[in-house]
Amino acid sequence: MTVLWIITAGALLASLVADRRKTRASLIKGLRMFWGILPLLVGVLALVSLVLAAVTPEMLQHLLSGSGPLPFFTALGIGSIALMPGFIAYPLAGLLRQNGASTPVLAAFITSLMMVGVLTLPVEARFFGWRVSLLRNGLALVGAVLIAAGMAWVLP
Amino acid sequence: MTALGKALSVIGKPWPWFTVAVVAGLWIHGRLGGGLAFGLRAGESLRDFLVEMALVLPPMFVLVGLFEVWVPRAVVERRVGRHSGVAAIPWMVLLATVQAGPLYGAFPVAVSLWRKGCAPRNVFIYLGAFSAMKIPMLTFEVAFLGWSFSLARTVITLPVFIVIGVVMERLLPDAFVLPSAEAGEQPNDVS
Repeated sequence: MTVLWIITAGALLASLVADRRKTRASLIKGLRMFWGILPLLVGVLALVSLVLAAVTPEMLQHLLSGSGPLPFFTALGIGSIALMPGFIAYPLAGLLRQNGASTPVLAAFITSLMMVGVLTLPVEARFFGWRVSLLRNGLALVGAVLIAAGMAWVLP
Repeated sequence: MTALGKALSVIGKPWPWFTVAVVAGLWIHGRLGGGLAFGLRAGESLRDFLVEMALVLPPMFVLVGLFEVWVPRAVVERRVGRHSGVAAIPWMVLLATVQAGPLYGAFPVAVSLWRKGCAPRNVFIYLGAFSAMKIPMLTFEVAFLGWSFSLARTVITLPVFIVIGVVMERLLPDAFVLPSAEAGEQPNDVS
């Protein structure tokens, strides 16, 4: 993330040196987009926080361990609805594995967590429209199943 | 509507603020010894999300603004446009893997690329790579799930989201227009 800030600062500086008016126009453009999406995004994040608070790590350990199709579909479902910062998702996944979650279940959980976002759909739709967002999430869900199946095949 | 009125109308939608207030209220209740771990957990995860957002989104939007003003459409079209070949794929993956943060941080970049003439398939390949192959995320994954898991997942994921990108492009009509994502505008339901 530091890299992102450094790159941005460098680009901004170069732009300022090259053309101040263009830089001003670009900043206004960027900040307008940011401002436009901010309230919706904050609301969605608050909603996700409530959902995550309802699902405790202990519950996940219980739900996602064991064999059979149920842990797999639960992982897919929870992963699709929620989103998590990487620095929380991966330690959690490590914990889940210690408690007996299988490789395909972990792959389904991680992949759907990252690629499918049901609760963030309103934010996505603001950028891409509902049709594109629904299509992308639907295909990503199918993709998550395929990836989990591939993982089961490669790492039995 | 004036520019100011438009900018302020964003604040006018009550539900996001109501939801934030609920989380804040539950958190305070927990802090005051209300015996409800739920509120504390919700407040803490909202704090994590907001910190992550504040770290990632402002530079992303500044970069998007600079990209829109400085990068000529012809360059984007030639490299990653509709008639670009498979050589566009490494570009999209490279662009995505060096970034950090949650998927919603990639949406403005993706939209901006799309508007500049990037082929839809490449936009979705970028989003796929961003969601699953960011280098900062991979370091976490290796640390907690190990090399074999991380490597296998990455190698299996890449072709899957290339296919998703191509399918998305096929499914969209040629005349598809992206909604505008600026202040105060309603989400544009195109379906």
